[in-house]
Amino acid sequence: MKKQYSAPYIERNAAGSTNKYAHRSVLSHLDNIDHVPIGNLIKEHGSPLFVFSERQIRRTYRHLTDVIQMQYPNSEISWSYKTNYLGAICSIYHQEGAKAECVSGMEYEMAKRLGVEGKNIIFNGPGKRRNEIVNAVNDGARLHIDHLEELYLIEKVSDELGIIPEVAIRINMDTGIYPMWTRFGFNYENGEAFRAVQRLLTGKKMKLVGLHVHQGTFILDAFSYYWVAQKLLTLAQQIKEQFDVVVDYIDVGGGFASQNALHAQYTPAEYATPSYDQYAAAIGNAFNESRFVREHEPRLILETGRVLVDEAGYLLSRVIGRKNLPTGERAVILDAGVNINITAWWYKQRVRPTRPFAGSYQNTVFYGPLCMNIDLIRPAMPFPDLQSGDVVVVSPVGAYNVTQWMQFIEYRPNVILISETGAVEVIREREELADVISREHIPEHLIRI
Amino acid sequence: METVKVTELAISDNGFIFDPATGYSYSANETGFMLLRMLQSGLDKAEIRQQFLTEYETTPDSLDSDLEHFILMLRALNLIGVGPEDADAV
Repeated sequence: MKKQYSAPYIERNAAGSTNKYAHRSVLSHLDNIDHVPIGNLIKEHGSPLFVFSERQIRRTYRHLTDVIQMQYPNSEISWSYKTNYLGAICSIYHQEGAKAECVSGMEYEMAKRLGVEGKNIIFNGPGKRRNEIVNAVNDGARLHIDHLEELYLIEKVSDELGIIPEVAIRINMDTGIYPMWTRFGFNYENGEAFRAVQRLLTGKKMKLVGLHVHQGTFILDAFSYYWVAQKLLTLAQQIKEQFDVVVDYIDVGGGFASQNALHAQYTPAEYATPSYDQYAAAIGNAFNESRFVREHEPRLILETGRVLVDEAGYLLSRVIGRKNLPTGERAVILDAGVNINITAWWYKQRVRPTRPFAGSYQNTVFYGPLCMNIDLIRPAMPFPDLQSGDVVVVSPVGAYNVTQWMQFIEYRPNVILISETGAVEVIREREELADVISREHIPEHLIRI
Repeated sequence: METVKVTELAISDNGFIFDPATGYSYSANETGFMLLRMLQSGLDKAEIRQQFLTEYETTPDSLDSDLEHFILMLRALNLIGVGPEDADAV
């Protein structure tokens, strides 16, 4: 019998290539997800394939709520729909007790479809249309006001409907993060936020119930949340003193980083990403030293999505072919590209083989199947010699992919959920031609070719 | 392809590859090691190819591509030079 082949490889031995953060570079293979063999999943549901772990979603949610509530008991999470709005995924969070945070009319309709009551929906986002505001006011949802035009529009709508809606003011601020996000809400430092509150309360058409900040995304400095909470609580105290209005909640938004690593990031995620405790302690410290908290005990709301779901999502992808690059690196063409794994543009995702390999590794670049140079899933990383037909696991991919994926030259694949019992459920079916063209109309004179 | 440098490499039976001219050492996988041995013993491309296809489970196309790639690696590591037959390509 012939021996198993692996492409010949040689590399120069180099000492001192590690750094003070040295960590294991040896890849371990992953042949199952929640004890379900990956080979069976691919056989049954095809490749590429998104896989979500219900067990992991619930465990992460409970862990984060526990840690936050240890710091400040009166706290809750609103599930950020934009992170992943597959109905099954959202339903898990709602079963766990999360409310809904929506940033568009479409997401708002999705939350309603899942049975979330208006009073449990935060309607965020900078682009609310009039009809969407009307629906939200009628449903008793909480509107987070982004700009003055929106404030005027909500006043008009509440006047027309004869309803006093519950609202919060969105605020941007300097928390030491660069770049500072200034596009959402009213600025704190220049007094714009205070003036917006003043204008809102003077109008007497709305009930101010909260203050909200969305300071950024993938925030690797946990301490910035201290400033978010501290400044919001200071403003809440000012509002109490000046207008005798007590807000019900302080919403510190989302942005907690997951166990991914940005392309420009030097250290791996396990060192760079703050722990839940670090985020919670930063917020908790601001709450614990606040006079407003001592006197009024407002609710603390988190809208963090990525940190909850990113690690619970895996992308299985089959190797279509291999090639050698003029740079001396090996290239692998996968059947999943950035059309479905868009976060590969931001992160050095982890790619793992699904079977053990003998022998040494060589630098391997992972491309997708798209006819575009930007279709890069993973820049070069040491990897064993894959063969056509091999399957790899790309992770974490649970956040922002099944919402931001593109309809570009391929059908979107099956998405499955491994339930806590180990049952495998399809939660979104693979698309086919009818899904892509069902909204198209070809004018009569163009039908014949 | 100039393979003089390869013949000067010290290759131990347990896989240690040492270049006395530069002091660098190298690691290779099983097939890489075998290929270096073949180059040292003066086998030509056709003979190397034949021996690989006899011993290993692979296809000629895949092997050709990998052999070319390995030669590129050796060139990048300065372990082979440019021979007269490559002059046109340089």
